[in-house]
Amino acid sequence: MNVIYILWLRQIKRFIRSKARLVGSLGQPLLYFLAFGFGFGPVYAKAGGGNYLEFLAPGVIAMSILFTAVFSGIEMIWDRQFGFLKETFVAPVPRIQVVLGRILGGATVSFVQGLIVLILTVLTGFRFSNLYGLPLAFLFMFLIAVLFTAIGTALASIMEDMHGFQLVINFLIMPIFFLSGAMFPLAGLPKALAVAAAIDPLSYGVDGLRGALSNTAHFGMATDLMVLLAGVAVCLTLAVWLFKRIRM
Amino acid sequence: MAVDEVSFKVEEGEIVAFLGPNGAGKTTTIKMFTTLSVPTKGQLVINGVDPVKDPAAARRSFGIVFQDQSLDEDLTAYENMYIHTVLYGVPKKERKVRVEKMLRFVELWDRKDDLVKKFSGGMRRRLEIARSLTHHPKILFLDEPTLGLDPQTRNHIWEFVKDLNVKEKMTVFFSTHYLDEAARVADRIIIIDHGKIIGHGTPQSLMNETGTDTLEAAFLKLTGSVIRDEEAGTVDNMRMHVRLRRGK
Repeated sequence: MNVIYILWLRQIKRFIRSKARLVGSLGQPLLYFLAFGFGFGPVYAKAGGGNYLEFLAPGVIAMSILFTAVFSGIEMIWDRQFGFLKETFVAPVPRIQVVLGRILGGATVSFVQGLIVLILTVLTGFRFSNLYGLPLAFLFMFLIAVLFTAIGTALASIMEDMHGFQLVINFLIMPIFFLSGAMFPLAGLPKALAVAAAIDPLSYGVDGLRGALSNTAHFGMATDLMVLLAGVAVCLTLAVWLFKRIRM
Repeated sequence: MAVDEVSFKVEEGEIVAFLGPNGAGKTTTIKMFTTLSVPTKGQLVINGVDPVKDPAAARRSFGIVFQDQSLDEDLTAYENMYIHTVLYGVPKKERKVRVEKMLRFVELWDRKDDLVKKFSGGMRRRLEIARSLTHHPKILFLDEPTLGLDPQTRNHIWEFVKDLNVKEKMTVFFSTHYLDEAARVADRIIIIDHGKIIGHGTPQSLMNETGTDTLEAAFLKLTGSVIRDEEAGTVDNMRMHVRLRRGK
């Protein structure tokens, strides 16, 4: 427990100290929220969708968590050779504790990032309809954070260098984001897109958040929760398994 | 194959220099002793323990300073040290005392609250050595510890290591490309090339065997003067990048 805690704390400290990075990573979700939110808002309302800001905010929150979480996992590639990771590999602690500390730390940081985006969306026009949904929204945010930090960590465990990074961003993270229904409703989609969205784990995170904050879940919050929990279980196991196999 | 049927023994309290051209198998051998890599064949014993069978016990018995830095640059010197004590299971009451003692030992106590990224190469090395000693290891591995440091810092570090060896009876196993350092510091020299041991003995006996009058001449006679064109792996490329970034 001590080991997991101290490795978790390490990442929290790093996060608090890197204010430039924090501010930088808020720019993208906020831009999406303001540009798309106010840009598409009138069209969306005209089409009978209602308030687009209200629809978009959960998507943007999920997006910021997704990116921060995957990055914090992928960061490990660098850390492995030139950072602190080797120190933990020669220490007399089981690797499972090292990787759990890392993932929990990364997930907490991503969660806090999502929380800041949530506050920013409220400050710029987002009104959620249900205050009691907030604890449930936090649960979904945290699950998204753990899920994608685990995926990032699993990828970093099998990637040798940063060359594959661009590949991961363009062929995994971007599709996960764009196909998740973060930006558009999942109802009445063409078949192919509907299938893609149904496979995408982020869809359930966004949907759960939307259910909790705006009372409009497509899959239903129980399904969302179950799929996310299953995803977390699978990806955590995979990350631990791959992390244990890292050879220096 | 990086290392092939290497066999040697290091006595308690000895200082042994492990020499060889680039790509000879030095780092691979050290990785096997320090549980970062597993040999395909053969047997290892470190402080009476087989690192393959009981990695945790082996890890408690040694401290290591890696060729590439393994500090967390975004944490302070004190925090880096403190995490180490947690990883090595130092009792809570003792942690502060030990960290302070070691930081004073390497004359970094007055800089304890500075972030490591503000430290020079020599200071980082001293901090890494201090950290590797915090759990009172029996054996100290140093993989090219003086690479890229100025002569003053190099001298300082070796004085320090010799002092430890005398006062604490610590066994020291180090690799270096600076043959004058090896001749001056080590009780015994092991020379490895193409994954095999090709020379073994005191600096004097190696000079006698080869009919030379410096260790460098003996080394060149044994390993030949052909420059090794080591194929650059991804790690070498990353290392190059780091050096450029740090402006060294």
